[in-house]
Amino acid sequence: MTRNGLDGTLRRRKRTEAVFKVLMIASTTLVIGSLLLILGAVVWKSLPALKLSMITRTPQGGFYLGKEGGILNAIAGSLYLGLGATALAFLLSLPLALYLNVYKQPGSRTALWTRFFLDVLWGVPSIVYGAFGFLVMLFFGLRASPLAGILTVALLEFPIMSRAVDEVMRLVPRDLRDASDSLGATRFETAARVVVRQCVPGILTAVLMAFGRGVGDAASVLFTAGFTDRVPTSLLDPAATLPLAIFYQLGSPLPEVQQRAYASAAVLTLIILLLSGAGRLIGRRYRRNVVK
Amino acid sequence: MNGETPISIRHLSVFYGANAALKDVSLDIPARKITAIIGPSGCGKSTLLRSMNRLLDTVEGVRVEGEVLVDGEDIYGPRVEVTRVRKKMGLLSQKPQVLPMSIYENVAYGPRLHGLRDRAELDRTVENHLKVAGLWEEVRDRLHEPASELSVGQQQRLCLARGLAVEPEIILGDEPTSALDPQSSQNVERRLMELKKDYTVVTVTHILRQARRIADHIAFLYLGELVEHGPAAEVFANPRDPRTRAYLTGEIS
Amino acid sequence: MKRLAKDALARRGMSALAALPGLLVLIIVLGLFLKSRAILAVQPLSRLVFGTSWHPLRGEFGLLPFISGTVWVTVTALALAVPISILTAIYLSEFAPRSVRESARPVVDVLAGLPSVVFGVWGVIVVVPFVGRVLAPLFGASSSGYSVLAAGIVLAIMIFPTVIHISLEVFASIPLSLREASLSLGATRWETARHVVLRKGSQGILAASVLGFSRAFGETMAVLMVAGNVPAVPKSLFDPGYPLPALIANNYGEMMSVPRYDSALMLAALVLLAVVLFFNVLARRILVRAERRSR
Repeated sequence: MTRNGLDGTLRRRKRTEAVFKVLMIASTTLVIGSLLLILGAVVWKSLPALKLSMITRTPQGGFYLGKEGGILNAIAGSLYLGLGATALAFLLSLPLALYLNVYKQPGSRTALWTRFFLDVLWGVPSIVYGAFGFLVMLFFGLRASPLAGILTVALLEFPIMSRAVDEVMRLVPRDLRDASDSLGATRFETAARVVVRQCVPGILTAVLMAFGRGVGDAASVLFTAGFTDRVPTSLLDPAATLPLAIFYQLGSPLPEVQQRAYASAAVLTLIILLLSGAGRLIGRRYRRNVVK
Repeated sequence: MNGETPISIRHLSVFYGANAALKDVSLDIPARKITAIIGPSGCGKSTLLRSMNRLLDTVEGVRVEGEVLVDGEDIYGPRVEVTRVRKKMGLLSQKPQVLPMSIYENVAYGPRLHGLRDRAELDRTVENHLKVAGLWEEVRDRLHEPASELSVGQQQRLCLARGLAVEPEIILGDEPTSALDPQSSQNVERRLMELKKDYTVVTVTHILRQARRIADHIAFLYLGELVEHGPAAEVFANPRDPRTRAYLTGEIS
Repeated sequence: MKRLAKDALARRGMSALAALPGLLVLIIVLGLFLKSRAILAVQPLSRLVFGTSWHPLRGEFGLLPFISGTVWVTVTALALAVPISILTAIYLSEFAPRSVRESARPVVDVLAGLPSVVFGVWGVIVVVPFVGRVLAPLFGASSSGYSVLAAGIVLAIMIFPTVIHISLEVFASIPLSLREASLSLGATRWETARHVVLRKGSQGILAASVLGFSRAFGETMAVLMVAGNVPAVPKSLFDPGYPLPALIANNYGEMMSVPRYDSALMLAALVLLAVVLFFNVLARRILVRAERRSR
């Protein structure tokens, strides 16, 4: 092989690398850029309608025709529903994760099957949960209400939270759990104290993440929570939620109302960003205190 | 171009962030001999080896000062083509890393990249190098099966064949037998002894007995400093530095 | 004595909890199936799944337009998302300096957390006009913008995080020494990425794509807002589509008033569930098998 031939091949290879480098950087820019574009466009379009009254007032007469009011009904409804659903999901997820990680060996049949079904639940689209929630509502004769909504969203959040908490607990080294055992405590106490204390930041992050998911989801509350212009006062009357408020306002032919939809979307995005930011901050701050 | 010192290291210092892994190392590697780099773990042996084919480039935050001359040219110079430098050296790692392809494709990987396309020539070069590595007879009937199905000892010999196929001048070994059973280790050691007729070999080892068996030349590294180096017989019989003596007698390890 | 009793009670309660996920799956499937029986009793499954005529008032419930709408949208989304995600993941894993990699991570995470309504809103603001006024004329088609392509673009961005995240994890699990082996032979970094990293990680990338597929298949709000929702089989990217989830979401109001409408919608939900679950389980198995082999 002459020296020239070697150079030719090398030049071709370097050129190929350069071409793909450009493609790769373009792709990465596209991904990062799309986030910036989304946030930017929503905020930009929502500016005319971003007034304090949007978040402090409920829809007044003619709100949907462009008159006074705000989306307090939806904000309150979403928070009310989200808190209830997250609490319910938490009450189920934490013991389940404890059971999987402390009571059972990692390879046990029960643990494997339970995790498998949790994975299955995790993959169920939220519209299916919504449809199922609707069926349950009919079956029990419930109306569209926060109760039905909370049950459905809790169903949505349960596998997400369980999986996240499970993954956090799996990281706790086995010997930390055995250490308590040797002191004669029963297995239940071992679980409750040592493992949970170790995992507090991870659990908090999981809860916040599930909360965000539940608040942002529309398909699950579409059938089950209903809609209303008032702040929710009871578990059994229809309640508004942010995602649906956005959806309904967007469907209006009036540009002022559409702008309000963008503003509502901005509010929802802000809430979600705050939640995930808090989750990440907690995770980072407390990770130092965790025994490795 | 100095044929007698294919690699000449001049005042090499390597920093990982603020830590100095190598301090002012100067060493000439003699041609067509086996040079063994010995020393306790964590003292920079691997770093020294990896500075010779610029594998240190893959580590983030690493700073290299000094010169490493290969065939008279500083490989850390401003306009050096890294792939050309690496082609001159074949690396044998501690844990055999077979590429996710067939046995044939593993050996053909290097030559193909560097431009060899003719199928007959590829076949010939694969066969030749598998023979040199002592693996041909065992794999001739299953060249197109995945390389991952070979035993560890066979995989290491495959890596040797693969490294030789790009026709390097120098073979670098990073504890090439540590992960192998005694039989395969012996096999690889024997190959290296045969290869030194045509190649310069630099190998890192923490097994003193191995160094005694195969090395012509010794370089002793301790805490990032090149404490002593010279012909193997001299260093083993009459170590000049007390630290070398301490290591050879097993006081420090 | 009290301790033992507490322990036994807790253990019994927790065993019941462990059965909960399996039980839930069973109840959901059963519930949807039972509700679908009403329409399955009157029309054979094949006519429902393959029928193209959707006229609930006439008792025609052909689901093909919606199934094909979902397929069109999902395949478009995957065709856009997978190459871009892989290129991005390779760049971040093999080429980017640490600062870029670290700052890209939160971007991907935030993208993953955005609710689908926000994507839908953005789709209406940006993507629909883009498709209708820029892309369609470019290809000589006329379109309102509410189309399969618009939904595909929005969905692609929604599944970027899924594919990127899993691909990054797969690449991180490949040992550095394998890359070193390729580099020492004189390969360029791109050649190493292509022949070694991508090849070794191919199973994981496949699993990530399958997961992305099922995520896109089940997505509701975003596609509802930009796909056009015309119940006909789409013939081109610029035609409107009507994915299954959108069908279910849109018609919840009317479904109680027309006979067997609700049953048909529950059947649609069941079909949707079946497809999504199938691909999810498939993806998990690929991932598990790939992980086992790399050990």
